[in-house]
Amino acid sequence: MNAPVANKLVLRRSYFEASARARVAAVLDAGSFREFLPPEASEPSPHLAVLDIPGAFDDGVIVGAASLGGRPVLVIAQEGQFMGGAVGEIHGAKIVGLLRRAVQDKPAAVIFMADSGGVRLHEANAGLIAISEVMRAVLDTRAAGVPVIALVGGSCGAFGGMGIVSRLCSAIVMSEEGRLALSGPEVIETVAGVEEFDSKDRALVWRVTGGKHRYLTGDCAELVEDDAASFRDGAIALLSGWQKPMPASSTLRAEQARLTERRQRFAGLRDGLDVWQALGVAEPRQIPLMDRDSLVALKKGLPA
Amino acid sequence: MEKLEFRFPAQPATPAAGAALCGVVGSGNLEILIRPGDEADACVVSVKTSARGFGRIWEAVIAEFAARHAAGGTRIAINDMGATPAVVSLRLGQALGEYTGGVQ
Repeated sequence: MNAPVANKLVLRRSYFEASARARVAAVLDAGSFREFLPPEASEPSPHLAVLDIPGAFDDGVIVGAASLGGRPVLVIAQEGQFMGGAVGEIHGAKIVGLLRRAVQDKPAAVIFMADSGGVRLHEANAGLIAISEVMRAVLDTRAAGVPVIALVGGSCGAFGGMGIVSRLCSAIVMSEEGRLALSGPEVIETVAGVEEFDSKDRALVWRVTGGKHRYLTGDCAELVEDDAASFRDGAIALLSGWQKPMPASSTLRAEQARLTERRQRFAGLRDGLDVWQALGVAEPRQIPLMDRDSLVALKKGLPA
Repeated sequence: MEKLEFRFPAQPATPAAGAALCGVVGSGNLEILIRPGDEADACVVSVKTSARGFGRIWEAVIAEFAARHAAGGTRIAINDMGATPAVVSLRLGQALGEYTGGVQ
């Protein structure tokens, strides 16, 4: 089960720890990024100013154009370190504007580096409206034939409204460190009690929301190492083979039926361990210890 | 939030970029945006910080920065989320380095 330790030195730049600007620089073709509304042309959130909280010039999201493996792409990168990457009014408007541009310009893809706990609660209705507009804009972009690829591997994962937005994208590239879910662990614990979900149990949180779990359940298309270069390679690999036609309503109905069946099948399971067992993994307890390549190989051997 | 404004005399800087940004408005961190200013021999700084009551420390840190670096002709805007003085000094140096093209 344990892969031999690689005996070569590999320089890794953690995607998890990087800032949004560092991710943009490392994931896209070197020097190709051109930012729309750069910090010096942008305004911090007026809502945060009213609440006496310092804002960020870019309101926690970077948008622009670049190339990825030679293909023209439009790019969104959320900064998880600023207010948990939460979506406020300006933040959301920048994302929506970029997606609308994608509908017009038809780039090869939109690369959406999600790192967000969801709606910025400080901005109340403006934040909620912003994120619903982002959802609509993602669907419009896909309907225009432009794939939207979400990269999820930041410290805030993709939760709340951004969890929904990520699943509305055409495909997700994720690292083990990334997390993806609807309600965040603390939210579940606050609402339903620690017996329902212990948000302090980090291992449990990752077994239920983490990249390995999402990969085994088929919620993300690619699992990559926590390395900006691996995210880059993963996104390029997805795009080079990209042939998905627009989903027909029959395809969507079949997907809906599959998800309903999955929900019934996994109902009552309390832990990723139980789900992996149900998926046919012989030794679920080994999953958290496995490296990326072994896990990908294991998934190939699972019953369909 | 506290808003602070400073102006210190400084040797003129030689910009290599129109503007430079570094840092993130995260816990214990700050972002610094440097743009061209109106006076060639002064460094004008405006700070928005979540931590109140540290005006004199900000003044000392920025005065030391302006005395040590050719930072004149700049307008520096800072959004701070409780960075320590050492972090502020390092970020100021980093931002000026990017603005003048000395550090990438």
